[in-house]
Amino acid sequence: MKLTLKIWRQKSAQTAGAFVSYPVEANEHMSFLEMLDVLNESLVEKREEPVAFDHDCREGICGTCDLVINGRPHGPLPGTTTCQLHMRHFKDGETITIEPYRAKAFPVVKDLVVDRSAFDRVIQAGGFISVNTGQAPDGNAIPIEKDIAAQSFDAAACIGCGACVAACPNGSAMLFTSAKVSHLALLPQGKVEHNRRVINMVHQMDKEGFGFCSNIKACEVECPKEISTVNIARMNREYYSAMIGSTEK
Amino acid sequence: MKLDAKIPAGSLEDKWRKYRSTMNLVAPNNKRRIEIIVVGTGLAGASAAASLGELGYHVKAFTFHDSPRRAHSIAAQGGINAAKNYQNDGDSVYRLFYDTIKGGDYRSREANVYRLAEVSADIIDQCVAQGVPFAREYGGLLENRSFGGVQVSRTFYARGQTGQQLLIGAYQALSRQVSLGTVELYNRHEMLDLVVMDGKARGIIARNLLTGKLERHAAHAVILATGGYGNVYYLSTNAMNCNVTAAWRAVHRGALMANPCFTQIHPTCIPVSGSYQSKLTLMSESLRNDGRVWVPKNTADVEAIREGKRSPVDIKEEDRDYYLERRYPAFGNLVPRDVASRAAKQVCDDGFGVNRSGLAVYLDFASAIERYGKSQAHQQGLDTNDQALVRQLGEKVVEQKYGNLFEMYEKITGTNPYKSPMMIYPAVHYTMGGLWVDYNLETNIPGLFALGECNFSDHGANRLGASALMQGLADGYFVIPYTIGQFLSGEIRTPSIKTDAPEFAAAEKATRERLEKLMSIGGSRSVESFHRELGKIMWDYCGMSRNAEGLKTAREKIQALRKEYWQDVFVPGSMDDFNPELEKAARVADFMELGEMMILDALDRNESCGGHFREEYQTPEGEALRDDKNYAYVSVWDWNGEGEPQLHKEELKFENVELKTRSYK
Repeated sequence: MKLTLKIWRQKSAQTAGAFVSYPVEANEHMSFLEMLDVLNESLVEKREEPVAFDHDCREGICGTCDLVINGRPHGPLPGTTTCQLHMRHFKDGETITIEPYRAKAFPVVKDLVVDRSAFDRVIQAGGFISVNTGQAPDGNAIPIEKDIAAQSFDAAACIGCGACVAACPNGSAMLFTSAKVSHLALLPQGKVEHNRRVINMVHQMDKEGFGFCSNIKACEVECPKEISTVNIARMNREYYSAMIGSTEK
Repeated sequence: MKLDAKIPAGSLEDKWRKYRSTMNLVAPNNKRRIEIIVVGTGLAGASAAASLGELGYHVKAFTFHDSPRRAHSIAAQGGINAAKNYQNDGDSVYRLFYDTIKGGDYRSREANVYRLAEVSADIIDQCVAQGVPFAREYGGLLENRSFGGVQVSRTFYARGQTGQQLLIGAYQALSRQVSLGTVELYNRHEMLDLVVMDGKARGIIARNLLTGKLERHAAHAVILATGGYGNVYYLSTNAMNCNVTAAWRAVHRGALMANPCFTQIHPTCIPVSGSYQSKLTLMSESLRNDGRVWVPKNTADVEAIREGKRSPVDIKEEDRDYYLERRYPAFGNLVPRDVASRAAKQVCDDGFGVNRSGLAVYLDFASAIERYGKSQAHQQGLDTNDQALVRQLGEKVVEQKYGNLFEMYEKITGTNPYKSPMMIYPAVHYTMGGLWVDYNLETNIPGLFALGECNFSDHGANRLGASALMQGLADGYFVIPYTIGQFLSGEIRTPSIKTDAPEFAAAEKATRERLEKLMSIGGSRSVESFHRELGKIMWDYCGMSRNAEGLKTAREKIQALRKEYWQDVFVPGSMDDFNPELEKAARVADFMELGEMMILDALDRNESCGGHFREEYQTPEGEALRDDKNYAYVSVWDWNGEGEPQLHKEELKFENVELKTRSYK
């Protein structure tokens, strides 16, 4: 199949970027990133600088890949990361627009690569259970209802790719943050410090420059792991009850 | 050279416990002054950095990823072993130890493996406490499943994403230490050299991948937890950026590599589909709990399937060859990985491969779907003879167990594995070989430690499924926090290491010159094209089966390719900028040297064991033929700079298990 790629090229955060068009020949069995590999190999052959994009596991689990394809984070397929998107979902002769995530808290590094370290700092603010190595009781000491464990897992399945932020017109990180709050607050082990956790994480999220949530729910639609906005509701409840009952200033 | 594994005296059961109680300690006030560099933030690195931070050491953690959570441990699917015996099926520390030694084809150290089995139970407890959402029974207790090469259910799992959940647990523990200030995190930093001062590892040269700047980082000790080197084969199940560079730079500074040729070829991966392909995708071994592996018995059926004239579901039961069940009745579809891979290769070599290239076999869930469906219908008081209903109920159970894997398979191949069997073929997955370490996980360079897949220590010639996660976390949570004290207790009077020392300047200069050289060649070929060619040499001659003649040819080819690389590679962009092509170029250069060492190692080992299958050494039935008399040793290689690599041997002593022919029949 013959395609035209309209790709965002930007040398660095300090310089302005622009779209550049490239013709590329692909076949329908390729993954989207393999199609970009083909383009890059042809650019290197022409002694041009290849398009920088983040990627690693190519199995849809590491959360490194992060393109906005035809206006949608991770492209048109529901529940699919860019690396798991295959070219059979595109048409011969199509023009495909490829951009980086655009959000204040994710500055562009180069071309399609952005800096998502704000997510790490949100987790550092409280996205953990405070248990040192060696302190743990026996794994079966605390039974956890199968359904509760499953709900916790559904939230923990977040891969931290940032598609929720890119999808949100407000650039909000509510889905990401609430997934972590839910994962831990649902479990008895995580209950202990749930008040501190939610307050600290929400405050860090605001500090990083992520926007507010206005219930648009584009995040849920674009999330490659189909994380539910129920988590946002849960986080809001956690947050308000923590703030009302909080003795912390 | 004398290789002292420093295995403590005493009985196998007492070694670790006694040693741990008598080891040298570092007092809390001294820990605060001591700095440790940890390179890599996968299961081993993140767990080590977090645990050492908790102890009060000052840790600097490095990852080339944009976040520690991206490390490739995240992609591990099936599970993690632990000798908990929660299933009351006869498991014990000894049995896990024995299974691992036997599974590794008697090429690992008894003491290390026993310790691994001993701490395995603590890992599960620790992970549960961190909030890892393991699979549970209706009673709320932890659930288990089986993996290859064992006859008990000791594998703990979190759907098909166990690695992800364990890594997030370790990442969160690490994040907590970052917030407490005990760990400093360096994202997008790649280690490009090891700094050795007065014979001790004292720091690293790292490249800030965003700015291209070379940085000097000093510490009292350096821990490498940088994973395996399967990407030397180009196509593997490893992530695209997995590489050997950190470990190989240490080798250039005198660290020794052990058993480099021991590579694990995983039997259940999605077959290669085209030359543009960048990587291969694993389908978890857990699928062999319920999937049955087969090919058609008749070549006429094979032909018809390849031409698309017949579908596998139309092949009658009596016309299918469930070759693993036939050849290995005791373990059936759950034979260890090396055995399953070779058997798949054999049926394909005999012309029974079921895709166009002839390199695929079926993994079929029809019987499992029927079995589960009937059980569900029975439980719910429904008609167990209603085939459509049974199928529907059965598919639901299979979806609960393996849903994400089935979905991934369908996304990649475009076919629905609930309706038609999966096609699978072996692919490079894991490297048992790695940096040589003693019982303390210390390399031959004092102060340099290696953890996880990066070292060679626990899996012998073949790793059992669900043991990589176990080893990574054992090393990081429960071994290194103790054993590093043996070295650091001697360093409490050592002041902060200064980065203006001449050793740092020299290492930085060497690194810069190496990168400049790569940038300046300006040849005609891309890094990718060299990597692909290297991978083909390795796969053809040093892959699933090897022979002396082929290995000699491969060595010549690889030397020629390396020469060409340094004359004709082209690296675009600049050194002082974010430049993924340059990163790759430096990594491929190291792979080309490592590949040669792997070939030499495979050539030296005139026996077949585990993942190392030399065609000259096999039984009449085609099973691996070990030579315990001459090869019960760890091959320990010194790269030796420009000279010929030197082989040293660490003899393996078996005092507790009897060396037997490994049989799964």
